Amino acid sequence: MRNFSKIFSVLALIFILQINVNAGEKVEYLKTDWSFKGLFGKFDRGSLQRGYQVYTEVCASCHSMKYLSYRNLSEKGGPEFSVAEAKAIAASFEVTDGPNADGEMFQRPAKLSDKFVMPYENVKAAQAANGGAYPPDMSVLVKARGGGVDYIYSLLQGYEDAPVGVVLDEGVYYNKYMYGNKIKMSAPLSDGIVEYGDGTIASVDQMSKDVTTFLMWAAEPHLETRHKMGFKAIVYLIILTVLVYFSMKKIWSRVESEV
Amino acid sequence: MSDHNYTPSSKVGKWFNDRLPLLTLANHLTDYPTPKNLNYWWTFGGILTFCLITQIVTGLTLAMHYIAHADMAFESVEHIMRDVNYGWLIRYIHANGASMFFLAVYIHIFRSLFYGSYKSPREIIWIIGIIIYLLMMAAAFMGYVLPWGQMSFWGATVITNLFSAIPLVGEGIVTWLWGGYSVDNPTLTRFFTLHYLIPFLILGLVVLHIWALHVPGNNNPVGIDIKKPSKDTVPFHPYIVIKDGFALLMFMIVFAFFVFYSPNILGHADNYIEANPMVTPAHIVPEWYLLPFYAILRSVPDKLLGVVAMLSAILILAVLPWLDTSKIRSAVFRPLYKQFYWILVADVLILGYMGAMPAEGLYLLIARVATAYYFLHFLVVLPVLGFKEKTLPVPLSITEPILGGSPDLVIAKNDKRDAKLK
Repeated sequence: MRNFSKIFSVLALIFILQINVNAGEKVEYLKTDWSFKGLFGKFDRGSLQRGYQVYTEVCASCHSMKYLSYRNLSEKGGPEFSVAEAKAIAASFEVTDGPNADGEMFQRPAKLSDKFVMPYENVKAAQAANGGAYPPDMSVLVKARGGGVDYIYSLLQGYEDAPVGVVLDEGVYYNKYMYGNKIKMSAPLSDGIVEYGDGTIASVDQMSKDVTTFLMWAAEPHLETRHKMGFKAIVYLIILTVLVYFSMKKIWSRVESEV
Repeated sequence: MSDHNYTPSSKVGKWFNDRLPLLTLANHLTDYPTPKNLNYWWTFGGILTFCLITQIVTGLTLAMHYIAHADMAFESVEHIMRDVNYGWLIRYIHANGASMFFLAVYIHIFRSLFYGSYKSPREIIWIIGIIIYLLMMAAAFMGYVLPWGQMSFWGATVITNLFSAIPLVGEGIVTWLWGGYSVDNPTLTRFFTLHYLIPFLILGLVVLHIWALHVPGNNNPVGIDIKKPSKDTVPFHPYIVIKDGFALLMFMIVFAFFVFYSPNILGHADNYIEANPMVTPAHIVPEWYLLPFYAILRSVPDKLLGVVAMLSAILILAVLPWLDTSKIRSAVFRPLYKQFYWILVADVLILGYMGAMPAEGLYLLIARVATAYYFLHFLVVLPVLGFKEKTLPVPLSITEPILGGSPDLVIAKNDKRDAKLK
């Protein structure tokens, strides 16, 4: 067993090294308690539903979410809107379908099976409407940024007046968490910009947390299943390992050698 | 090789075995005499076999859902992650499995370096191993390209561009590799094809690797030749099977932790941004397991020489059995080699770290020193050490130090042992 402590210290060393490498050039992000972190981490349903509201009322005017469908909103482990609610949400959007029997494209209300409606026809149109900057698709945004949820949460609250000496062009804003501190998105949130149905006060801090939680779910829709299964898998493996360890001891007791 | 005179007890078995001696092979594998003093560093061979099979099985499943097309690859990966039943699990096992595979292979290689397993009569096992390692790097690199994220695209661009360093024909070779004038759809489809092919080549080489191992038998921590079968050996089954199984389970716990609780920690965030030939990432870095070689590549100011240095760093391992002039295998009895061994381990870790850092200033300087030392170790230290080093006396057999309690009581000089074994 002494060998094992050696092996694991080497493993630990390698991975600590690696994690440090990934964490290089880090800014101190704002911290908050994320309910989905940890061995048993789960999403806060209320937060997910509020987060969807912030997304759809604020972010969605520029940011697409092309890998999500309306049906996802009612699926287990997500915001868990009822099927009726999800259908109503879908029906409030118009999508282009077709061609029909006459060969014409036509508009119809979206169904559960439709993908989230995109704010712009294409990337060029999105750039044209946003001073040349493309508002990134938000489906996996949390996983596509170094600091993950902490980064997004901080960025949303990181707008400040530019320090003396920093010159900002027209349509560029100062954000202390943005790479290079210059961002083409104006501060998207302000107190009370949405009105939450559940009575939660829509402060910038609260909205940032809710929408970031929603984005985390959007990027990892199976996170809850993963955590649950992971715990079972690891407990199973540990029990099996212990059993195999004693079997091994028993078998090796026949020879004069250490295991 | 052990018992070649095996006869199956049943008539059918005998009939079959006379025509295709599979049962003799199975008997050889179960009875295979293994040194009984193997420590846990020897369990990584079995762990690596498990890793290979896991990659092949999860890879086959992913290939059923993945679409190798520049416009659809990224989306099809998201489809796997969201809509394929347990697709997220299969993909995370496959992605983290690559890291686990390399972790295990590095331990396996460094175990061999410590105990001198590459020395006569095991040179062929070692060389096959190096070929497997090269193929693993190729497979991993091409696999990383398939999700068609930013790091996929730019990693592919950087690595394929290395071939342009070849004088005269370099540019032509790069165009030929790409199937066009930049990394694009033809590159993706051929990488997918090769990524699918290479694991089966590795599988074939693993069979040869094990076959070559079963001729001289395992090396062991004492590093001496042993009689087989004897008091020094145990049959592979059940002794080594259960021990390998135990170690594999420990390994799987670590593996499971990554898959279920931090599946993306070993990857780069930029690879969740779809490939965009118009936007270059701030830092282009390969996966962690290629970083030491990436550091060597970048520490040479000239492109062609950098590529040569990087390739030599790997190929130098193939001639290691002839660079190491010492007759003693195990570092246990080589006090000086043991120190140089740990310096080499540190050197490679430092190179890995520097590979992840920007190639400038102090980082670059350290990377250069570490690169120089890497070659110094193999080209100067090892050959000289074999002649200069005063080695410790080696025991006669592996049973003696164990039964005798203190190794001092039973050790004898090398030459005495040689005389006896003659």
